[in-house]
Amino acid sequence: MTSINMNVNGKAVSGDVPDETLLSEFLREHLRLTGTHIGCDTSQCGACVVHIDGKAVKSCSTLAVSLEGAEVTTIEGLANGDLHPMQVAFNDNHGLQCGFCTPGMIMSGVDMVKRYKAEGKDLTSDAIRAELEGNICRCTGYHNIVKSIEDAAAKM
Amino acid sequence: MSSGIGASVKRKEDKRFTTGKGKYTDDVRNDNQAYAAFVRSPHAHARVKGIDTSAAMAMDGVIDVLNGQQLTGDGIGNIICGWAITSKDGSPMNMGAWSALATEKVRYVGDAVAVVIAETQALARIAAEAVDVDYEELPVAASVLTSMKDGAPQIHENAPGNQIYDWELGDEAAADAGLASATHITSLDLTNNRLSPNPMEPRSAVAKYDDAEDHYTLYTTSQNPHVARLVLSAFYNVAPEHKLRVIAPDVGGGFGAKIYIYPEEITCLWASMKTNRSVKWTSDRSEAFITDAHGRDHVTSAKMGFDDAGKIVGFKVDTIANIGAYMSLFSSSVPTYLYAPLLSGQYNIQNIHCNVRTYYTNTVPVDAYRGAGRPEATYLVERMMETAAREMGMDPAELRRRNFIQEFPHQTPVLMQYDAGDFPKILEMAQETADVAGFPARRAEAEARGKLRGIGYSTFIEACGLAPSKAAGSLGAGVGLWESAEVRVNPVGSIEILTGSHSHGQGHETTFAQVVADRFGVPIENVQIVHGDTDKVQFGMGTYGSRSGPVGMSAVAKALDKVEAKVRKIAAHALEASEDDIVIEGGEVKVAGTDKSMAWHEVGLAAYIAHNLPEGMEPGLKESAFFDPVNFSFPSGAFICEVEVDPDTGTTEIVQFTSADDFGTIINPMIVEGQVHGGVTQGIGQALLEQVVYDEDGQLLNGSYMDYTMPRAADVPSFHVQHHETPSPNNPLGVKGCGEAGAIGSPPAVINAITDAIGTNDLAMPATPQAVWRAIQAGAKSVAAE
Repeated sequence: MTSINMNVNGKAVSGDVPDETLLSEFLREHLRLTGTHIGCDTSQCGACVVHIDGKAVKSCSTLAVSLEGAEVTTIEGLANGDLHPMQVAFNDNHGLQCGFCTPGMIMSGVDMVKRYKAEGKDLTSDAIRAELEGNICRCTGYHNIVKSIEDAAAKM
Repeated sequence: MSSGIGASVKRKEDKRFTTGKGKYTDDVRNDNQAYAAFVRSPHAHARVKGIDTSAAMAMDGVIDVLNGQQLTGDGIGNIICGWAITSKDGSPMNMGAWSALATEKVRYVGDAVAVVIAETQALARIAAEAVDVDYEELPVAASVLTSMKDGAPQIHENAPGNQIYDWELGDEAAADAGLASATHITSLDLTNNRLSPNPMEPRSAVAKYDDAEDHYTLYTTSQNPHVARLVLSAFYNVAPEHKLRVIAPDVGGGFGAKIYIYPEEITCLWASMKTNRSVKWTSDRSEAFITDAHGRDHVTSAKMGFDDAGKIVGFKVDTIANIGAYMSLFSSSVPTYLYAPLLSGQYNIQNIHCNVRTYYTNTVPVDAYRGAGRPEATYLVERMMETAAREMGMDPAELRRRNFIQEFPHQTPVLMQYDAGDFPKILEMAQETADVAGFPARRAEAEARGKLRGIGYSTFIEACGLAPSKAAGSLGAGVGLWESAEVRVNPVGSIEILTGSHSHGQGHETTFAQVVADRFGVPIENVQIVHGDTDKVQFGMGTYGSRSGPVGMSAVAKALDKVEAKVRKIAAHALEASEDDIVIEGGEVKVAGTDKSMAWHEVGLAAYIAHNLPEGMEPGLKESAFFDPVNFSFPSGAFICEVEVDPDTGTTEIVQFTSADDFGTIINPMIVEGQVHGGVTQGIGQALLEQVVYDEDGQLLNGSYMDYTMPRAADVPSFHVQHHETPSPNNPLGVKGCGEAGAIGSPPAVINAITDAIGTNDLAMPATPQAVWRAIQAGAKSVAAE
């Protein structure tokens, strides 16, 4: 067991966890933040993507004990009162069906828009498709996810 | 903006999903929660000689380890297949016994032999590793071509030669005579590749036994919670139906894989009673690959004959289908009644015969996956048409046109009576949007860049909303195929719709509400859809086979008819008018031609206050209906795929994909188009990327997302989707169903495009870069050679 302290969605949290505890498990089972989903066991599907210190990370591949003092944002903490433009865009553009991959898609989408804006690069639909390499959706065929991220990018 | 039928209303349910507040089964955690881990066979075929649980039982935190002898000893019944198929010699199908926990033999890698119940999930898994099972390995038949051979390992004692049935549909003599009269015969040998459905949410079950009430609650990832409850009680004796509540909360995709009642749900319920704890099991992806039912896996030889005018004169099909190690719930119907009746496609064919033999193998059970039988039929028919056109030197669109059915209803020689359609129209729409006329120029331009460009068609029919119950029963179905709905108008006028359909991505909370808003002019925000809980909805058949629109919504429409009739009576009485003069629109109930009216909510209140109702009328405003369609509905579509192949690497890029669909009446175009996008992508996955692979020992070789190639965003293009509506006469809304069309129609369009590009018909799915490169090397054309 290791004692950990981190900041999740703006709140200080702490816990004693077995060293092998993954961040995804810490979020879901210890903090009961169940919006972060587990869709595979080989870090391929991206349903578990959260932001750690502002960067998109697969929480299923990150040990909770490695995050002492880190700032973690999950899908539950993305919006500040109103919905985030990315959340609005997914609704506006029908970017989700069953909703299971959606938290990861939104967290990855926010991250890619921020990175491209910071680097002054154009986030084209081809770039969005390439950036989504680590996020799998079985329902939408990606068409409307790409549209959603393009739409949000114009509004963020 | 209108929120009625035909409007692209944004989804009401999205907010909880985009904010992480969706409630899926694995998100449920009861007080005193315990966790299950299954001990699974590492062998594809073996005798279980003994199970030593002592090491696991000795671990701190292990509550119990339970096995199949205990399960059957407690009277838990075998898992059944719900559709009885009769062989052509009149004998019943050979269904082998399937216990939720294997007792004497294991028959596939992943077959469960025991379950560990422990205080944490991690501990349960560690303890499961410590269970020592003594196996005597047996010879394995991992493919249907192996298991059908003489002397193959016997998988179930009551299925000699591993055959389950030998079934036929159609008139063989007529098909033979048709082929004999043909001036051209096209022959094809095709494999329909085995797939894993892969909904993104893995299966999960949380069972809770309440010993004080002798009552069970099961949260589970089900497309049809009422069917699950019925089967769990009536056939598996887990609990009486009135003592079992099944809840399918938010479910993260299904695609067929979540129709069936699997060993894990049965075991969790039983183990919850045995341990008096709430028991939770959630599959990880690796476990999903070896336990979720797979789909497709057909081997087919077929001949189609044509006359001088290019008219089809005979079609003969011989199919061998792999059922896996056990017969899953609807497994027997997929290669029979969901397959052969679709072999007429969009074409007027008088003579069709289809023979289907199914066999057990030492693999995961095979059952319905998005489309279920219809993709297999469509792939065969549409590759046949394209190949025949090439062989006869005809334009593939023209060959199709010459054979299109033009009048409806149309009776095929393989059971189906098509309801409505306009096949030439949708083909023309697709050709125009895809700019087929400009294809030669695009091909030349691609060639100049060193790329091979091809175009491929698929004009297909499907059958949705399997019906009617009586006919399905006469063909062997063990269940009825109707749907139920209840409409509750509250005293304040808000409306709750209880439906037996289940949404796991389809957007019912929006589209079903649209049907209500359209009828009464009430705001869609005032309509709530309730589904997925057997304590709330009385009964329902669930969602599969694109049935929620044609059957589920029709039940709602029928219940709305009854509500409307009562509203008219109440308003006519209160407003002192004739019922015939009552008009319901815009949230008001009016007397035509006067200024007399009641607000919608005033009628609701009047019904419940009951101070001024017509003589003899019962108070309240709640009606229910069961809808049993008179026939299937028959959506049709025309898909055109354009690809570019790199001859040096064999890599295929889909550069354009166009669909023109006829789904009958469309409730919400945005949602329907989303269904097409997703279905087409799954079909592209089948055509280019996906295949479950077993080795000869029955070991699954690609059971993870590192190995099984799921379509990702860069593998597919954006799609051009359009619609033409010929309403179905078989249900009150005229809807035909849209969930499966994309997956049914797209694989042949993709393969027809690639084979057009590389100049050979000899290409199997999945058309991986290696497969395409090899096909090119084997004699197809290359850019350099031209």
